Amino acid sequence: MAAKEYAGIMLELDADGNLANLNEWNEEIAKELATEEGISLTDRHWTVINYMRNEFKAKGDAPSIRKLTKESGVDTKELYALFPGGPAKKAARISGLPKPKGCI
Amino acid sequence: MEEPIKKVSIVVSKGSLEGIYPGLIMANGARMEGIEATLFFTFFGLHAIIDKKMDKIKVATVGNPAMCVPSAMGPGLPTWMGAIPGMSWFATSMMKKEMELLDIPPVREFITMIHDAGCEIYGCKATVDMFHLTKKDFCPEVDEVISVGQFYEKSAGAQIIFT
Repeated sequence: MAAKEYAGIMLELDADGNLANLNEWNEEIAKELATEEGISLTDRHWTVINYMRNEFKAKGDAPSIRKLTKESGVDTKELYALFPGGPAKKAARISGLPKPKGCI
Repeated sequence: MEEPIKKVSIVVSKGSLEGIYPGLIMANGARMEGIEATLFFTFFGLHAIIDKKMDKIKVATVGNPAMCVPSAMGPGLPTWMGAIPGMSWFATSMMKKEMELLDIPPVREFITMIHDAGCEIYGCKATVDMFHLTKKDFCPEVDEVISVGQFYEKSAGAQIIFT
């Protein structure tokens, strides 16, 4: 398993390059993960990130795009604008979660 | 490493529920992965984007030997029974229930979601002429009615997927 330093801490990564342990995540790490994706985090990004982490803790999987757009308060268009090139996948990575397993 | 897919152009040619959804799921999935996507609806596939038809899409139970009851691993439904009135309605309501559990939206919501995700949506001119339709018959997400030539132009550099 690969490991990489984020915010001064050596963190284990899974096969997709996402954090292996979501409890090691913090906001500083999120900022550095976002920078890697070419994203600088705004309040709207944090709305998505916080929603995703809460959903994951409750359900054990990252939410689908449909759920995200219906419940996070950020609609589909904005979601794609906030996380260009794959919103669910990128938002999950920045949120310290594994890649979403669902198809929708 | 293999070159990743950058663009897909998906043709939906069938108007049954099981004919429409694979194309929609693939288009949405492409956008989720950051892949450019175009949807082109032709022949009965147009029902997925015709305003008055898109909420009434049904599973085809006639001529489908894979149809099983009460679920996919149940015994096969004798093919002649697929023609019993109400069978298509029943199979459709069962399947919709399962789809909702998986967070797969109804056709209209799915089309909106896919369009908002940046996928272009086109109708086929030959079919539109043949069925005597106009742009007004379609849901607002339809970008344009285009000829097969324009379809190929817009598909430049894309993998074309026919469903």
